[in-house]
Amino acid sequence: MQYLLLLYSNENGWDSMTPAQQQQGMAAYQAYTEALRKSGALQGSNRLQPVSTATTVRIADGKSQVLDGPYADSKEQLGGYYLIEAPDLDAAIAWANRCPGASHGVVEVRPVWQM
Amino acid sequence: MTMQEHGAQARRTADAVARRSYGKLVAYLAAATRDVAAAEDALSEAFAAALAEWPSKGCPANPEAWLLTVARRRLIDGARHRRVADAAEDDVRRFVESLDETADDAAIPDQRLALLFACAHPAIDETIRAPLMLQTVLGLDADAIASAFLTSPAAMAKRLVRAKQKIREAGIPFRVPERSEMPARRDAVLGAIYAAFAEGWTDPEGADAARRDLAEEATFLARLAAELMPNEAEALGLFALVLYAESRRAARRDSRGEFVPLAEQNPAAWDAAMIAEAETVLRQASALGAIGRYQLEAAVQSAHAEGKRSGSTNAEAIVALYDALHALTESPVVALNRALALAELHGADAALAAMPDAARDARLGRYQPYWAARAELLSRAGRSTEAHQAYEIAIGLERDEAVRRFLQKRQAALDAR
Repeated sequence: MQYLLLLYSNENGWDSMTPAQQQQGMAAYQAYTEALRKSGALQGSNRLQPVSTATTVRIADGKSQVLDGPYADSKEQLGGYYLIEAPDLDAAIAWANRCPGASHGVVEVRPVWQM
Repeated sequence: MTMQEHGAQARRTADAVARRSYGKLVAYLAAATRDVAAAEDALSEAFAAALAEWPSKGCPANPEAWLLTVARRRLIDGARHRRVADAAEDDVRRFVESLDETADDAAIPDQRLALLFACAHPAIDETIRAPLMLQTVLGLDADAIASAFLTSPAAMAKRLVRAKQKIREAGIPFRVPERSEMPARRDAVLGAIYAAFAEGWTDPEGADAARRDLAEEATFLARLAAELMPNEAEALGLFALVLYAESRRAARRDSRGEFVPLAEQNPAAWDAAMIAEAETVLRQASALGAIGRYQLEAAVQSAHAEGKRSGSTNAEAIVALYDALHALTESPVVALNRALALAELHGADAALAAMPDAARDARLGRYQPYWAARAELLSRAGRSTEAHQAYEIAIGLERDEAVRRFLQKRQAALDAR
């Protein structure tokens, strides 16, 4: 099965870190991504720009409505994702547990709809 | 035999198989596909087919295998009809092939433990775990579960459907956890069974058939968990605890249906066989050398049972057990029971001083046994006015009529003094 690991955390946390801490953080994510790749579980991954760059679009009454900002204004923001292949939810949870994002934020595990 | 007799025999056989094998068949049919709902549907069609065929053709030699064969056929048809995704269809095909190999074999592998772990998976909402077990392992319908849990049948059915969807769509595996995850996962399974039992237990009058049955079904689950995890001390501890409680069911009301508290129960009315089994199971548990809350609670019950039999309760031992329980759980309910045990040892004033503070825990303030215990202790300490008030609150919080009458009587006795 495929699972999407959605990484939520407080963006301000990153900005308030020292360059050395930021470097450490990057290294942790690189090591995690490498572990996923080596095991063959990694299907795709990206880090997102902060929500200040987000734009929401919806069609209301047949007209496109474009707004500045993210869909949900919350304390923690979606900052990136991993798309992984795992035999079951327990295996996906085990990967989520190892993700650095679980230590400084929350990782949501969502099964991908199988077509 | 007449047609009618054949029909009755077919029904009896079907009922017996349902009782013994329902969960086993559901677990086996659902394990590979994780589709509990489809397995349940297939199995209920198989039972319907049995009731239609067995009266005229006679009961098969191996009813379990017969039901499995029919259910398996329905499951394959169902999968074809739903035009499932390729990957899923592969799963079903592989599964069906594996079933073919074992179908003639009388021994169907018992995957009920894996099913229990799936039902109590941390990704399943805690409050639906017990209902889910009752439905998938014992085959209770949503209506019966809803009435036992005092919710509407529609809401219960919806939540059960959603939980089964979660198992299937999120890929919750049917497996027994590894050693490192075992303590937490085991506690989740036992916690759900305990919740089902406690829910069924809050009907001392035994007037509500649905809730009385629930306690029995939960006892069945506790026995099953103990049998399937014979090396888990706490699984045995929970089973012993449930047996002790069940052994006193008849003694909890008198001939007129009035509530009888533990202190006033006649030990002769207790089920001696059940107590003997509880003692045996508890000894087996403690031999495993892994103490836990259920074993401690069962040990308290054991001490009470022994005390009532011999005429002298070992209050010191009971307080010590509650001390250990409180260190383990830090539960205010345990603190409350510890205070009550303390009253036997050092008197009502000492017990009142040891009571947890309801002002610091809102849940305790709404907990009927807290106020009933407080009233009892205040009354013994001669503080009648405060006792009267505490009874007033306890009566207001109690939903069971027999217990309410009991509390009202105690309150009235207070005024008569």
